[in-house]
Parts: sequence; structure tokens; C-alpha cells
Amino acid sequence: MATQHSRSAARLMMAPAVVLLLGWMLVPLIMTLTFSFKQYLPLRGGDLGWVGFDNYVRFVSSSAFWPSVVATLTIVGGVLIITVVLGILLAILLNQPMWGQGIVRILVIAPFFVMPTVSALVWKNMFMDPVNGLFAHLWKFFGAEPVAWLSEASMPSIVMIVSWQWLPFATLILLTAIQSLDSEQLEAAEMDGAPPIKRFGYIILPHLGRAITIVILIQTIFLLAVFAEIFVTTGGAFGTRTLTYLIYQRVLESQNVGLGSAGGVYAIILANIVAIFLMRIVGKNLDA
Amino acid sequence: MARAVTQQRKLINTALAWGIGLLIFFPILWTILTSFKTEATAIADPPVFLAFDWTLENYEAVMERSNYAKFLWNSIIIAGGSTILGIIVAVPAAWSMAFVPSKRTKDILLWMLSTKMLPAVGVLYPIYLIFINLGILDSRVGLVIVLMLMNLPIIVWMLYTYFREIPGEILEAARMDGASLKEEILYVLTPMAIPGIASTVLLNFILAWNEAFWTLNLTAANAAPLTAFIASYSSPEGLFFAKLSAASTMAIAPILILGWFSQKQLVSGLTFGAVK
Repeated sequence: MATQHSRSAARLMMAPAVVLLLGWMLVPLIMTLTFSFKQYLPLRGGDLGWVGFDNYVRFVSSSAFWPSVVATLTIVGGVLIITVVLGILLAILLNQPMWGQGIVRILVIAPFFVMPTVSALVWKNMFMDPVNGLFAHLWKFFGAEPVAWLSEASMPSIVMIVSWQWLPFATLILLTAIQSLDSEQLEAAEMDGAPPIKRFGYIILPHLGRAITIVILIQTIFLLAVFAEIFVTTGGAFGTRTLTYLIYQRVLESQNVGLGSAGGVYAIILANIVAIFLMRIVGKNLDA
Repeated sequence: MARAVTQQRKLINTALAWGIGLLIFFPILWTILTSFKTEATAIADPPVFLAFDWTLENYEAVMERSNYAKFLWNSIIIAGGSTILGIIVAVPAAWSMAFVPSKRTKDILLWMLSTKMLPAVGVLYPIYLIFINLGILDSRVGLVIVLMLMNLPIIVWMLYTYFREIPGEILEAARMDGASLKEEILYVLTPMAIPGIASTVLLNFILAWNEAFWTLNLTAANAAPLTAFIASYSSPEGLFFAKLSAASTMAIAPILILGWFSQKQLVSGLTFGAVK
């Protein structure tokens, strides 16, 4: 079926997408690499010439660097664990017979449609505000001292907000996967007297393997770049400065493009280390 | 006896699922409710749930403060434009990869997905410079292009998985029956591909609608979409719960309604055809 003719037609059809993505990847990447070796201060003299690896050394030796890597990985790891574990439990629950399943499903997936800026603002002001927030009212009702969530427990608060946004995605994908599970197999196991824990561990969990892979892959891509939630809530203060946010501050707020670009190269390296792991798993799991 | 047990279990499931569902939905519900309260009622302690005098004054205040219609229109143009453009580029690519696969198809697909791993912040300044030089900073055209490129790998992946599901036997059968290439595409392939394309369009529209990093950094007054409109309420002067709620409700309502009406397509689209 794949004749010489159809092959060249296929190449022609793929060309626009490939060329566009190649340009999208290479042009800014080369510019970032170039800037990273320069002293480049747009508001203070502009391009001040080559400085070799100075920016790289300065970025890594800055006291903000390692905490930002830790903050990034904490958010990605924390949200992944919460959304995958709760997603599995929720998917199993939603797959049980019940009344009003369709409506419950709509309630559960709703946060996925809420834009990150809105969700961050709503959580910050209406729930986590230490004076007027709903949590403060609740704490006072039980006689406890209200907590200033975003300054005292900043990281857990951000992980919570981001998890709320991504739980629907995980639940939906896992629910779809559970629905395709052969119920006869489960019934047979139940007849044979396998307890729920064993049925979960030996039948349900292996069946969900691929779906869990997809959830982890897609979420990692988006979580490494979490920005709006931090921009709106803490502005990077209280230990919530991720690598993305640190670079953003260097480039846009301090207008040090050279230093920020070196940070950008580090971020690209970090993303690629994560990507290599993910691609291995995906390459194995997906029949591409 | 067994029947009674299942009825009881169904009751427990229902109560549990509704409880959790409402808990997850609560922040949205609370925002919508608060948008109809006065500022004083909005921060009342203990909180007021339904027994308050409903008012539209917050919506009026938000409308007075900023031109909602302009932000909304920008969001529609940017999300819609980038999705349409992405589909136009991605359909032929995904099509040829699905129907004329070569040894390198898998590599190309993985490479495309890997461009999504390129951290936006690492290339923000170059894009910023290019945009200034092209004169498209703070323009809808610029954002359409960026969001299209950003979502292109996802569009190609989704379409590819959908197209792969179209069985080759159907094509062969159509050919045996003497269908021309044009008939084959028009009457056999297109009807089978449309649902997949529809889910892809939907998911990408939502992703583009909610995208905040590029929209916040590349727009100012002219092309700012709803993500920027709502971010202006993070400043201290905007710290009025009822008005914030009204603005939030206005920002999320269009996409929330679209999402609910199309949740069936979304569910299949989100799974990348990989969960079977």
C-alpha cells in the first residue's frame, strides 16, 4: 500500500508540522544559548559582550538555585502522588453502581475547566485568607487559631491548589481505563474468594498501568511549568519559588537576560532528564 | 437477600460519591454564590450559604471597571484561532503518519512530544524579542501563533491515535467496491475521523483558553484575554471577595458550560486512545 508515490505525498503532508515545530524549538533555543554566554542587561547598557560560563556559574552558585529545584520537584512529585492515588480511589468509586452518576461526574471534572489564575485567586482569597477565608472561619468555629496558609504552610497550600486542578484529569483517564476492565474476571476472582485488596493489587492495578503512565506523562509536562498559581498566590515568596519562577524573575523583573538564559538552559536540561525517563516508559507502553 | 445487599451498597456508593463530588465542586459553587452577595455578606462570619439578598451589583461593578467584552473576544479569537490553525497543520501530518507509517514515524512522534518539554520560561525572552521585531507583541496574531505551536504536539498525537483506529479493511472494502480516492476520503474516511477531530478541537480550545504563562507575559492592553483580566484582581485594590467572585464567574462560565456539554467527547479525547 505504501508506494513510492504515497510516501513522498506523506512527507509533503508532514512537512508543515515538522518544519514549524523544528523552528519553534531551534530558533529560540539558539538565541537562549547565545544570550546565556553574554552579559545582557536590556535596561542597563544592553549587550555587554561575551562572558563565557560566568552566568552558568553565577546561576548555580546563587543561594536561590537549589531551593528552586527542590521546590519544582516537590510540586511535581507532590501533585503526582496526590492526584494518582486519589484519582484511582475516585475512579473505583465512580465506577460503582449509584444514582446520579452523570451529575457526580460533572461535579468532579469541573475544576479542570477553571483557569489556573482563577483557581489560585479563589483559593488564596476566599479559602486561605487568614482573616476572612472560609478555612479561618472553620478554624475559629472549632476554637483553633486561623492559619496564614500561604505564608506558614506555603508549599502544601500550593500543592493542594494544583492538585485540585489536576485531580479531575487523573480521575477521568483512570475511570475510562477501569470501565474497560473485564468484569467477568473480577467476578471470577470474587467467586474464588479473593479479598478486595488482592483483587485490587492483582487485577485492577496492573490493568491501570497504561492509564497511570499517561496521567504521569501529561501532568509532568504541565506541572514542570506551573506558573500562574505561584504568580497569583505567593509571587515566589515563602519557599515556593520554582525554577520556572526564578528564571522568570531574573529575566523579566531584574532584566538580566544573560543570567536568566543560563537558568533557562538549566531548566531545559532538568526537563530533558525528566523527559528521558518518561519517554522510556511511554515508548514501552504506547504502541506508537 | 443478595438484592438487598446490593441496594444498600448502591446507597452507600451514592452518598459517598455525591459527598466527594460536592466537596470537589464546592470552591466553584462558593465562588458563584459569593458573586451574588454584597461585600459585607461575602465575608460574614459565620458564612452565609443561601439565605442572603441576591444582588447583581458586583457584576455591574466588574463591567464598569473593565471592558469584559473585549477580554472575552480576545480569548475567543486567540483560543479559537490557535486551535483552527493547529488542526489545519496537524491533520495532514497525523493522517500521513497513521496511514503511511515508516520506520521513523514513532521517532517523529516522540520528538514532537519532547518539544512540549521545552520549558516556556527558557525561551520567553527570545520570543519576546522576535515579537518586538515583528511588531506583534501584545497582538492577537502573536498569541495565536505561540499557542498553536505550543499545543501542536498534543494535537498531532491525539489525531494520530484517532486515525490509527480507523480500520484498514474498511478502506480496502470501499476500494473493492470501486470507490475513487475522492469518494473514499469524502464518504468513508471523513465520517470516521470527525469525532476524533471534534474531541481534539475541544481539548485544545480549553487548553488555549486557560493558558496563562504566555498570555500574561506577551500581552498588555490590546490583546489581553480573560486570564489577564482576572489576574488584575490579584492586586490589593481588587481584594473584594464579591467582586472577585463575579469576575471569576465571568471568566470561567463560558468554558465551564462548553466543557459540561461536551464532556463525553472530552473523556475519549483525553485518553489519547491509549486507554483501552
